[in-house]
Amino acid sequence: MPDYSSDEMMTVSAARALRDGVTCFVGIGLPSAAANLARATHAPRLVLIYESGTIGAKPDRLPLSIGDGILAETADAVVSVPEIFNYWLQPGRIDVGFLGAAQIDKFGNINTTVIGGDYAAPKTRLPGSGGAPEIAASCREVIVVVRQTLRSFVERVDFVTSVGYGSGPGTRQRLGLTGAGPLKIITDLGVLQPDPETQEFVLTGLYPGVSVEDARARTGWDLAAAAELHTVDPPSAAELTALRGFTASAKELGARMTPHPGSRRVPTARTISALTRKMVP
Amino acid sequence: MAEIVSLAEAVALAVRDGDTVAMEGFTHLIPFAAGHEVIRQHRRDLTLVRMTPDLIYDQLIGAGCARKLVFSWGGNPGVGSLHRFRDAVEHSWPGPLELEEHSHAGMANRYVAGASGLPFAVLRGYSGTGLMAEGMASVRSIACPFTGEMLTAVSALNPDVAIVHAQRADTSGNVQLWGITGVQKEAVLAAERSIVTVEEVVPHLGPRPGSVVLPSWTVSYVAEAPGGSRPSYALGYYERDNDYYVAWDPIARDRDAFQRWLDAEIFGMAETTGGR
Repeated sequence: MPDYSSDEMMTVSAARALRDGVTCFVGIGLPSAAANLARATHAPRLVLIYESGTIGAKPDRLPLSIGDGILAETADAVVSVPEIFNYWLQPGRIDVGFLGAAQIDKFGNINTTVIGGDYAAPKTRLPGSGGAPEIAASCREVIVVVRQTLRSFVERVDFVTSVGYGSGPGTRQRLGLTGAGPLKIITDLGVLQPDPETQEFVLTGLYPGVSVEDARARTGWDLAAAAELHTVDPPSAAELTALRGFTASAKELGARMTPHPGSRRVPTARTISALTRKMVP
Repeated sequence: MAEIVSLAEAVALAVRDGDTVAMEGFTHLIPFAAGHEVIRQHRRDLTLVRMTPDLIYDQLIGAGCARKLVFSWGGNPGVGSLHRFRDAVEHSWPGPLELEEHSHAGMANRYVAGASGLPFAVLRGYSGTGLMAEGMASVRSIACPFTGEMLTAVSALNPDVAIVHAQRADTSGNVQLWGITGVQKEAVLAAERSIVTVEEVVPHLGPRPGSVVLPSWTVSYVAEAPGGSRPSYALGYYERDNDYYVAWDPIARDRDAFQRWLDAEIFGMAETTGGR
């Protein structure tokens, strides 16, 4: 048994995808953990930009949401929400959009809106768009971090919240989307990249101990493996130490949370563990 | 000039049944106490507008205040779903909820158009998305009159009432907020009437780096509500109560638990102090 979890491997793998010195528009959830890990390890000059308007945030612990106070306190600049979208994202100033997904399809289209039924009467109502559609459209490139399951990896998303390659080659140009689109999907099994001809995502990397069949069994389309399929290096001691340091600081933060006057609730071991589980995949 | 009144008076004066009400605050400075007062005063048939309808709108929707929701991201940040919101959309409980859904960029631009006195704003957005395909009345493709490039127009948002929370105001009703300032300025300037709750009213507003100032003459009512954005946070005053967001999940999942919460924390209290 390896001494790390598949979620830790995913977060480490996603962090490695961010080069030092690039500007990164960071989405909520898994991407935020990976982006902060990258900054704490190999990419100290990574510029973290959050849709709350914080540019160049340098948190020393994991932010608990995209509007965490630590982002504003450590940022190079804090701007309004209209400004972050209009002046910073829209003109294509930002290198990498780092996004999560509830559902993703073989062309890298993302759904975070509804699952099942139709839009007006969905089976499951998800949170919706947030900043993702324009991040997916306008960042120079996009990386998606998502756990791979039959439910999340589908032939065609139930709703296109954010466009990847649409229905295949030529779609982004036709729609006038300025960025290159999703270049990697990083999961808890491995790494997928678009086939240069068809733009369909194919398996290009696997984590140690994971087989192509494992990945195919958790993919809702006929997943192909690239000829040059490689095995991703396991997390290094330094990466695991940094990642687990975040986990520990999240736990400590939970324990430090003091109820305000009049509150009858105090943090319990259960809620703290639920909180840290959500924060650090 | 803004009138300085109690929160209960401000809501009674500014918010009417059937109004379009925007409560803004992007994770930071969310006007919880004011939202609770709207529930307490039994407002009905509201069109609620908010980029990120989180717990505060879950509570308003569950309490039956809303007829329609205009939004761009509805979730419990870092925790999961808004179960009262989902129950309304998926099962029409406590009543049906009409949705008008946008992206953040679209909503932000709709407020900018509203604040600017323009009928619409232009952006690169929505192209190829399901929201565009749904054909909402507030989103249209538009050709640039100079280059012919196809862009997207979103209609202006001009709420009847905007409600925001700020760190402080002076005794003349000038308002100052800082940290993550979101779309609060745009929402107040776009609205017909406005309520600003503040942590404190001070004799004089000193300068603060990066602060947004809303002059008294742009605001209708200022109400002192210390702790009025708990469980969200007010930079310089208190931190986010993350435990509350986690504790909300099981309350919101269950209609009876939610009703007990309403009875105890809203209708059982003369006012909301400290955001509970």
